[in-house]
Amino acid sequence: MNLEPRMLEVRRNVLKQNDVIARALRDRFRAQGTLAVSLVSSPGAGKTTFLEKTLTLLKPHYRVAALVGDLATENDALRLARSGAPVRQITTGTLCHLEAAMVEHALEDWDLGQLDILFIENVGNLVCPASYDLGEDLRMVLLSVTEGEDKPLKYPTIFNSADAAVITKIDLAAAVEFDEPTAHANIQAVRPGMQVLKVSAKTNEGMDDCLQFLTKALTERLQKTQV
Amino acid sequence: MHELSIAMSIVDMAQEEAERRSMHLNAVHLELGALSGVVKDALLFSWEVACNGTLLEGSRLVVKDISIEVYCPICQMPKTLPSMQWFCCPDCGAPTPEVIHGKELTITALELRQ
Repeated sequence: MNLEPRMLEVRRNVLKQNDVIARALRDRFRAQGTLAVSLVSSPGAGKTTFLEKTLTLLKPHYRVAALVGDLATENDALRLARSGAPVRQITTGTLCHLEAAMVEHALEDWDLGQLDILFIENVGNLVCPASYDLGEDLRMVLLSVTEGEDKPLKYPTIFNSADAAVITKIDLAAAVEFDEPTAHANIQAVRPGMQVLKVSAKTNEGMDDCLQFLTKALTERLQKTQV
Repeated sequence: MHELSIAMSIVDMAQEEAERRSMHLNAVHLELGALSGVVKDALLFSWEVACNGTLLEGSRLVVKDISIEVYCPICQMPKTLPSMQWFCCPDCGAPTPEVIHGKELTITALELRQ
């Protein structure tokens, strides 16, 4: 009698449905020359403040817009709308992250051809958003000085999935005795070679570097679109 | 905690395969990478709930852990990382940003009921 279980070999990516939509979004962004930038961080790291300042400073020169994900309330969309840029809230209900289908749905009647940079602010969470591709060109992970230097070591998956890190609230660095070299070393340990920006959206320190980083990425995107 | 929705996706996919082939399943085999962002214990905990009322009720989820494998540009070969907190070659110490394995979240086999 054969006691070996009968096995049927299959090979199916569990997140395929999300990845297919994300790929279609990425193709759309590329075709329209839109740079899509997502922001991830823990709750309270300063994503919305950073984004409001970024939108305000970019708006006179570029066509910018933002999608913002939260479990509940439209508070962040209202804050971001003060920049004058088009903003749309994605309310996820109980879901702890954005998925590509939500981004696709939120963009339904938006003409991407009219946008240079689209920001996608994810739900504040350093765990779940790591698994979901949103079709973005750049994923920026934010880390505030008040959170501690070891966040990258505690959440290596999301830091490893990002393209750039932004240390926020640096105006508070001295008050909380933030150890910047250790923070840099920890980021490099989980994502060697990742660019690290530091910023205070309150005092504007470092904002120039962030804007330069974004506009350089946009220029590269447009060059690729034209080829 | 997104493991319950992941478990439900796995159940949907396995159920679809089982229905298509008119078979019952004893178990679903899954490869789970250390960088997948999915916690094994939470996924296993969610499994029974996700299976309730489906063709997979009473089935098992068999998880194979996949370690992080990177490409070392100095040794010029793939290396397995012993830690998620240190993306450097365990032999020569060079930084290793290129990830080859570790992001898997893949159904690899279905175990059929005899």
